[in-house]
Amino acid sequence: MRPESRPCPEIRLDDGGGLPRVILTGDWTLRLLQPELGRFRQQLDQVAVDCSWDLGGVSRLDSFGALLLWRKWERRRPAGLVLPEGLDPVFARLAELGDGELPVEPGYRFLDGTEGVGRIFFKMLRNVVGFVALIGQLAIDFAHLLRTRGHWPMLETSANFYKVGVRAMPVTALVGFLIGVVLSYLSALQLRAFGADVFIVNILGLGIIRELGPVLVAVLVAGRSGSAMTAQIGVMRVTEEIDALAAMGISPYVRLVLPKVVALTLAMAPLTLWGSAVALFGGMVSANLQLDLSFDYFVNALPRAVPVANLIIGLGKGAVFGLLIALVACYFGLRVKPNTESLSANTTASVVTSITVVILVDAVFAIATRSIGLPR
Amino acid sequence: MNDCPVEVRGLETRFGQTWVHRGIDLAVPVGEVVALVGGSGSGKTTLLRQMVGLLRPTAGDVSLFGEPLFAGSRAEQLERRRRFGMLFQHGALFSALSVFANVAFPLREIGITDEAMLRDLVRLKLAMVELDADVALRMPAELSGGMVKRVALARALALEPELLLLDEPTAGLDPDRSSGFVRLIRALHRALGLTVVLVTHDLDTLAALASRVAVLAEGRILAFGPLDEIIQVQDPFIERFFHSDRAQAALARGRGIG
Repeated sequence: MRPESRPCPEIRLDDGGGLPRVILTGDWTLRLLQPELGRFRQQLDQVAVDCSWDLGGVSRLDSFGALLLWRKWERRRPAGLVLPEGLDPVFARLAELGDGELPVEPGYRFLDGTEGVGRIFFKMLRNVVGFVALIGQLAIDFAHLLRTRGHWPMLETSANFYKVGVRAMPVTALVGFLIGVVLSYLSALQLRAFGADVFIVNILGLGIIRELGPVLVAVLVAGRSGSAMTAQIGVMRVTEEIDALAAMGISPYVRLVLPKVVALTLAMAPLTLWGSAVALFGGMVSANLQLDLSFDYFVNALPRAVPVANLIIGLGKGAVFGLLIALVACYFGLRVKPNTESLSANTTASVVTSITVVILVDAVFAIATRSIGLPR
Repeated sequence: MNDCPVEVRGLETRFGQTWVHRGIDLAVPVGEVVALVGGSGSGKTTLLRQMVGLLRPTAGDVSLFGEPLFAGSRAEQLERRRRFGMLFQHGALFSALSVFANVAFPLREIGITDEAMLRDLVRLKLAMVELDADVALRMPAELSGGMVKRVALARALALEPELLLLDEPTAGLDPDRSSGFVRLIRALHRALGLTVVLVTHDLDTLAALASRVAVLAEGRILAFGPLDEIIQVQDPFIERFFHSDRAQAALARGRGIG
């Protein structure tokens, strides 16, 4: 129900003698035309351009209605046009607009694919250079901090440690426990077939402590804390907070990047220990139920099956992964430009890159430590 | 035609323990440019946001085009919303879309998909806000502050609104750009017969644009009328607001924008 009802737009054709007359009445506005736009288009299409057009009955005309007619008239006023004075400016504006065109987005050309590949290559190159520059800047600012005995961002580091370390414990425990259970259950099925039940300790111990624990925790942390770091620094870039810091003469690298990097590096070793321990516990529970292996036996057999070097390798890997995740997250956060698209793109890039880097570095570790801590 | 595109009756707003509005009555007559002025925190922008239904008042009614804002089915509410355009303080352009896509967005949304027609419409709107057609492919991040406002105005005008709401139209523009923008709004107001409601701090803008002024203070409309009458009103707030030397100079400057 509308308290005011506007006259609907209408087209009538008057063929009575001589030039056919087209009579338009009602409101030619977007609001009234839009619901039945197709019908009006059709009606207009049926009329020849060189009629005499009578707009005397048009009560209102906005630029949408005018443009509809203007396009029909092939961008000029037709010869026998009857136009009320009030509507003249609308067409005057259209006439002023001329025949120009908006610039067109170039379409897809033959070599665009090749160009795209090249662009990706150079983008990666730029990212590598930028990443190295970030590390360099961090080192310079850190050295400056050491030399001048400036303000150490202890509070920020501790806050970050709590956020990325302590707060990540529940989710790490949950995922670790479940992975431990599943791994133990699947291995137990196979081992029982060979009567090699007791080797479950070796498989779980070595697999989780040396390999699975650090990587699993790193992937979780990259998704949880890495994305948060990128988004936080990114939003600070958007709101010019980082520029404000720099303008006060405070290095954003020392105040923002350093605490995050230090905190995550420090937090990842204990977090890996925690994650691996819970995963082993899950495996132990599952082995107990599936193979009737007592907890006692499991705990006693573990040190014999897994030399302590493996634990050091695992925790070391965790710390290195933490360092890399924080650096990658901060790098992408600082690259954010002030628009929503850039923020989401960089957060995605941050998570994908840090997980990829973690797995690549894990492979390097595997090769470098292949003769340490493994039973011969 | 209803006489008042915007009507506010007995509007009260409370944020937590603070009352922002304590009974506001305001009717904006058709074809007028009404400026809401008042000190910081007097709830001008809140009132504007309530007029378009972004915020709901604690008590009282807002009517647009003679109907309560939230009356009727979804379709009717939607149609009511399409009859006004709003210019946000910082433009609020969609930063993921180009200028062309930003202006075309509301048109595409109501089902105009004819690409040639869209291009002509966008070109017309950009010409109306005195922008070159070349900016069409630029992204909002690549525009200056004044251009962002112009593009935002073009987007607000895309659906041929009868009512235009402006939140601080000249904030953040330099004096030259700001008087250019004021001239533009005035020309559009004349050409399109719009009703305009604006919120401003800027006395230049006020003097140049407003045909009526509503002064908001202490949660009420202290006075509503043409600027010359408002200045005569005996009230401590109005005297402080309009009678300082700075204010007088700004008003004189605003009147000079021709």
